[in-house]
Amino acid sequence: MAVSACIHHLRLFGVALLAMLALGPARAQDDGAHVAIACGALGIELELCRDAAQEWAAKTGNTVEIVNTPNSSSDRFQLYVQLLSSQSADIDVLQIDVVWAGMLESHLADLEAPLGKRVDRMFPALGANNRVNGKLVAVPWYIDAGVLYYRKDLLAKYGYQPPETWDQLTRTAAAIQQAERRAGNQRMWGYVFQAKAYEGLTCNALEWVSSYGGGSFLDLDRQFTADNPQARAALNRAAGWIGTIAPRGVLNYDEEASRGVFQTGNAVFMRNWPYAWALAQGEESPVRGKVGVVALPKGGPNGESAAALGGWHLAVSRYSRHRAEAIDLVKYLTSAQEQKRRAIKGAYNPTLTALYDDPEVIEANPFFATLYPAFENAVARPARPAGARYNQVSDAIWRASYDVLQGDSKAGPALTRLEDEIARIAYRARWNEAAR
Amino acid sequence: MSRRSAIDSARARSAWMFVAPMLIVLALVAAWPLARTIWFSMTNATLVDLTTYDFIWFDNFVVHAEGRWYGIFTDPQWLRALWNTLVFAAVSVSLELVLGVIVALIVNAALPGRGLMRAAMLVPWAIPTVVSAKIWQWMLNDQFGVVNAMLEGAGFIDGPVAWLGGSSLAMVSIIMVDVWKTTPFVALLVLAALQTLPKEIYEAAKVDGIHPVKVFFKVTLPLIKPALVVAVIFRLLDAMRMFDLVYVMTGSSEETMTLSVFARQALVSFQDVGYGSAASTGLFLIIALITVIYIMALKPLGREKAA
Repeated sequence: MAVSACIHHLRLFGVALLAMLALGPARAQDDGAHVAIACGALGIELELCRDAAQEWAAKTGNTVEIVNTPNSSSDRFQLYVQLLSSQSADIDVLQIDVVWAGMLESHLADLEAPLGKRVDRMFPALGANNRVNGKLVAVPWYIDAGVLYYRKDLLAKYGYQPPETWDQLTRTAAAIQQAERRAGNQRMWGYVFQAKAYEGLTCNALEWVSSYGGGSFLDLDRQFTADNPQARAALNRAAGWIGTIAPRGVLNYDEEASRGVFQTGNAVFMRNWPYAWALAQGEESPVRGKVGVVALPKGGPNGESAAALGGWHLAVSRYSRHRAEAIDLVKYLTSAQEQKRRAIKGAYNPTLTALYDDPEVIEANPFFATLYPAFENAVARPARPAGARYNQVSDAIWRASYDVLQGDSKAGPALTRLEDEIARIAYRARWNEAAR
Repeated sequence: MSRRSAIDSARARSAWMFVAPMLIVLALVAAWPLARTIWFSMTNATLVDLTTYDFIWFDNFVVHAEGRWYGIFTDPQWLRALWNTLVFAAVSVSLELVLGVIVALIVNAALPGRGLMRAAMLVPWAIPTVVSAKIWQWMLNDQFGVVNAMLEGAGFIDGPVAWLGGSSLAMVSIIMVDVWKTTPFVALLVLAALQTLPKEIYEAAKVDGIHPVKVFFKVTLPLIKPALVVAVIFRLLDAMRMFDLVYVMTGSSEETMTLSVFARQALVSFQDVGYGSAASTGLFLIIALITVIYIMALKPLGREKAA
């Protein structure tokens, strides 16, 4: 019975496949090239992308098609992998996450000649991230970095300054949480962040470890670097927050769940991406006008502030039938004029550093000036050394971090196990042979 | 003699002709993918470039290199997934068997509204697994799930319980949903067996004044054993391959990861076709092994019957 059900499914699948092959994608047959772009999935992101792409099409006489993509970034990645590994020409221009550059490199066209100079005028971490195996695989479209949000009103009320080290953050958060609870605000917590077992936890863990001077898990020679006292101290310190200044539920929080707690006024500090600013300061927000943003704390007096580098980039598929037009579209979308429009209309952080001096951009988004240092000091996740294996490396990192946060394991043994897992990945990827 | 064998071979020929379409379909949809999976399990192919790969024999399964052991059989995550799968299969199938027999006995009794009961019983089994998994995922949500709301309202719990959060509770929840979903299947098979039982035996037992519990263990249970055997093998094989419920409810979380979820993660998320195929092949071998052991263990039963 089970087998026949299985066969039944496969048959249905076969029929669906045949139907798809027979119909095929509808293609425009006029003079200009037909370029398909996969960018945002919904909301303002999709709107900005569609308007700009159509403007480009009108100017150049080509046609452009916006491909619908899943909103979840892991689903989107899987769609890209499916399309690209079958060498499909269905998508010409792809919006890719900063950590996918290494994983998709073999499928993407080299943009060094047409756009290399432009990338040199962007934040340096971006160019370094996107030049893989001697080719420029994508052009940064907007940049993200982890920042610390704090409640200006509460810090002023109890006489604290925004914290510069994690120690200060821990003390300030504990003191304000206690005082607020004594004053009857029982649901107040000190600090919320992203500790769910997913990519967001890799970002948070990287920020902790890196700010203590503990490296970024893998160095550029693909050697595991996190088995050191600083990394252990950083992770153990974070584990100490759970249940004291952070709710136990933080173990299941992603960005939106942490924002939910902070924006309803129930947290003193929050680690999040810049997108949360516009929402926290929105018309409906209970904490409107009470929020400040600073760089994430340092590991100690000798540590450095480290913000995980994020953001989305535009790449051109190697299998595109209209590569020249596709590159031209990328050129148009990542231009200073277009990035400025996106910054003003959608608060997307430009990748071109010069735009942070543009009075119109700063007027629309006064907090951009605060973010600039965070972008400049952003730490890349180990996507470049891990290359095609990044998902696996990141999965191992967040699982080890999660074990420590949950209290299942101390940082020492967890990092030893992580080293073992990275060794397994390295063996399967033949990194050691490649190095020899 | 020769005439008989001529008839025999003619019959055999036509039998083959009738079986051939099925065999061809099976070869296409079962044998070929299986052979390819086993082939890929001995390569280091990745989705980055499926056309170039090396043949590496059994390195994906177990290999000693650079002073360490590698391969799925030494991978803590795979072993954890194996353990999860075995726990899931053992607990869920046992519960389903016990509950299924009880439910079947109840709906087999001449109660008013029996027809309605039989129809209602099948509802969980009739809902597609992905749909019921999603329904339960929402019901078990820690912040706004109806299960927590009800338990809190009734005063059983103080604060919200993270049913699917990172704890052993997640496995308990998944087993619970699987039992809810597949008990009707077992009950249906048992009910069919119950209805074929001769009434005379029960009348005789009644006349002799035997206690109903004793009747159940001495008469009913031995008679429905063949049906139970079939139910267990179906359920066991299904449980060993468990994927949809776990994947929808808790994703690739380590606490509940089964062997199928592990294989999907390696194949799709990590693009590691070789390793993922090795994981699938490992699962195939384990299921084959369990089936063989089960059938061997049942052989005495078959002989008893023949004697």
